[in-house]
Amino acid sequence: MRRSARPQRRSPLHRARSPVAARHAGAATLLALAALALAAPAAGARAFLPEPGASPNETHTNTLYTVALIIGFVVFLAVEGGLIVALVRFRARKGRVAAQIHGNRRLELTWTVGAIVLVTFLTVLVFIQLGSIKNPPASGPGGLALADDAEFATLNQPAAPGGNALTIHINGQQYIWRYDYPNGAFAFETMVVPVNTTVVLNIEASDVAHQWWIPKLGAAVDAIPGYTNHSWFKIARAGMYYGQCALLCGQGHANMVAHVCAVPVAQYQTWVDTQKAAITQSNKDVTDERALEVKDGGDASQPPSAAQLQLQLAEPVGPSYVPPECNETTAP
Amino acid sequence: MATTELIETRPRPQVVTHTVPRKRRAWIEWVTTTDHKKIGILYMYLTFAFFIIGGVEALLMRIQLGAPDNTFVTPQRYNELFTLHGTTMIFLFVIPVMAGFANYVLPLMIGARDMAFPRINAWSFWMLLFGGLVLYASLFFNAPQAGWTSYPPLSSIQYSKDGGIDAWIIALHLIGLASILGGINFIATIHNMRAPGMGWSRLPLFGWAMLVYSYLIVIATPALAAALLMLLTDRHYGTHFFIPTVPGSGIREGSALLWQHAFWFYSHPAVYIMVLPAFGIVSEVLPVFSRKPIFGYKAIAASTVAIAFLGMLVWAHHMFATPIATVVLVFFMISSMMIAVPTGIKLINWIATLWQGTIEFTVPLMFCCGLIGTFVIGGISGVILAMFPVDWVLNDTYFVVAHIHYVLFGGSVFGVFAGLYYWFPKMSGRMMSQRLGRWSFWTILIGFNVTFLVQHSLGLSGMPRRVYEYPANAGWTTYNQISTVGSFILAFGILLTFINVVRSLRTGRVAGPDPWKGNTLEWFTSSPPPPNNFDAIPRVRSVEPMKDIRRAIERDSASVGSAGATAQETVPA
Repeated sequence: MRRSARPQRRSPLHRARSPVAARHAGAATLLALAALALAAPAAGARAFLPEPGASPNETHTNTLYTVALIIGFVVFLAVEGGLIVALVRFRARKGRVAAQIHGNRRLELTWTVGAIVLVTFLTVLVFIQLGSIKNPPASGPGGLALADDAEFATLNQPAAPGGNALTIHINGQQYIWRYDYPNGAFAFETMVVPVNTTVVLNIEASDVAHQWWIPKLGAAVDAIPGYTNHSWFKIARAGMYYGQCALLCGQGHANMVAHVCAVPVAQYQTWVDTQKAAITQSNKDVTDERALEVKDGGDASQPPSAAQLQLQLAEPVGPSYVPPECNETTAP
Repeated sequence: MATTELIETRPRPQVVTHTVPRKRRAWIEWVTTTDHKKIGILYMYLTFAFFIIGGVEALLMRIQLGAPDNTFVTPQRYNELFTLHGTTMIFLFVIPVMAGFANYVLPLMIGARDMAFPRINAWSFWMLLFGGLVLYASLFFNAPQAGWTSYPPLSSIQYSKDGGIDAWIIALHLIGLASILGGINFIATIHNMRAPGMGWSRLPLFGWAMLVYSYLIVIATPALAAALLMLLTDRHYGTHFFIPTVPGSGIREGSALLWQHAFWFYSHPAVYIMVLPAFGIVSEVLPVFSRKPIFGYKAIAASTVAIAFLGMLVWAHHMFATPIATVVLVFFMISSMMIAVPTGIKLINWIATLWQGTIEFTVPLMFCCGLIGTFVIGGISGVILAMFPVDWVLNDTYFVVAHIHYVLFGGSVFGVFAGLYYWFPKMSGRMMSQRLGRWSFWTILIGFNVTFLVQHSLGLSGMPRRVYEYPANAGWTTYNQISTVGSFILAFGILLTFINVVRSLRTGRVAGPDPWKGNTLEWFTSSPPPPNNFDAIPRVRSVEPMKDIRRAIERDSASVGSAGATAQETVPA
């Protein structure tokens, strides 16, 4: 309209602006940063991908993540590219006049539909992968032969086909994890499991909320008092898998570690039997000691003393009591 | 004369004073003021003070994490630090600083002479101050240490015996009250006090953002207040809303999950409460400095409303790892994904606004472009986290910490700095140094990305959030050191802006009423504006009334020629 009539007076901030070079230095830095992000994909890509999973659910999750990351990276390049091109091409110059455009319905509809298509694609992808992430499969051919009828979570996590899975109850406590095995054995901190076997986890907490998480073995699962939560993993390669409590549970939160030690089936069987025997023996020791105390005039109605509990809980079945394979500190 | 029709007023109720106000001492004047501009300034000082405190807390945490097995702070101190940092930045900085900006400029923008309820306005500011004091007074006793989310049972009396959680509850009650009162005030102001001619389609986009901000606050905050009250009675009066078992009886009564639902029902909309006003600032600043109308005004206004609506329906995406049914997870995944659409529309419309403009690289514009460039990363990681199987492996890790900082710093705080540089001349009457501002911008942009980009990698390699230490063999040392170095670069960048503010308040160039050639009515009055804001309120004929006014003046001075000098007098110079 009257654009030509507009006075070419420079606004006061023009005077405050340093020479054009400084302005370009900024744009150049931004471009350099973008170039760096592109030029170092080898180093960069590793940093933005999860560690390779050791359980099928983690592997499938990583696939989902990677697809979403690639799509996200394309969107990122498009937005940053558009922004930088606009800033460089359309910076104020003498004689240039801004186009007085208020919008473009067709264009706006196009990118709205484009965004909808993208998120729909990702949603569908989740549905496709969900089953293999959420539902435990049957144990592999070399897995543990399960005699017991494992009990399963029916809410949301179906049973493994044929009930062919080992069920372990996990209990989060300030600041240690306890694992209960089907034969009555239990352990703390390090969970010993057989390879090629689907391990179904029932996760609970007995004081505050915790979160069970072994990064290479699939989902992090909240352990909330009053609820039972479920997860599973199936490890192909023997070795140690490290994790720790991921939900703030108090001052010892950072030290509430969780290890999973996958061993060949025979070794697992030996370990779980030994553990069971050790616990039985330890219980007997405590009973005997109490009987001795009673004989010496103690009061049988009193609960066991702290020292006795210590003996019962820590000594034979404490965190250090694991098969030798699991004492290696190197992660698989 | 042609100019007279521009400056019309319609009769409106005036505040009648029966006595001439006494001249009071300056501090009494500040403490008793009900002037929206003075309250706005008070908000700015208070919230930026809390920003500094929260920032120092962040730096202390980064020092602690700068080396493996560090013993710089104790576990207890560390837990207190992140609890206070989160609470401070969210409740005492980002949410109220938006109220501060809006207090100052919103009535000016819509051509009002004050907020609808000036005394309630003052009340909400003082409630905010007292809330902040209650929170920080706990430092002298026991600071809260259950995180800014304070999940029970950790926050129950059994596991948090000292009064820190109680201080946190009371502080949030007071701040929440301040928030709700402020929200009601903004709603009443925007609905009723717009300048003649300013229909809904001519409301500045910052006005739209603040309207939606206010509705979100009024809808969501009472849920938090109710949950806080339940937590308080759980702690002290024998109820068990959130306590899973009655000790000794073995009966399951309460639910620890109930708290998470109630808390996130507020705290997820709170994310949009924090980011929408920043988006509003961008929508104001970009058209001014690209000298081009906003691209797709209606789409941006509608997307603000859409984000708020969807934002009320996504709270359980914070709870993907809790025991809830898969169908619920699917619902919340889809609703969270859908938010990406209106947010994406905003981003692309902003770039389209710059396109074919004549862009002037002022500091406010640079911060807006910084917002677009960094927020998009937070948006993308948000979509990734919305896929709940992916969230299962990333929740409660540093990936989420990085995500929230890309959204809340890359989104909100960049917007706050854009607003600060943009409106400082209006508030103080003086310009801020553009040179120092540019230095500050680049330092902040680089420092921010150095600090938080690697935190994605930390999360992906398995570092949980809220841990006070990590072992040397975990492989997290390098990333953490990069992050710590970045945090100090970031802090230095922010310091440069503070230096800029302090210097410019004394020695900045006098700004005049309209240094940027702005589009909205706050630039129609002098800088700083007089107590009554406007002697005459112009009739608004478009979403960019100042452009119309300037154009009319040009037209008049061209047609009337040398005799048209009177046009100068109608616009306060």
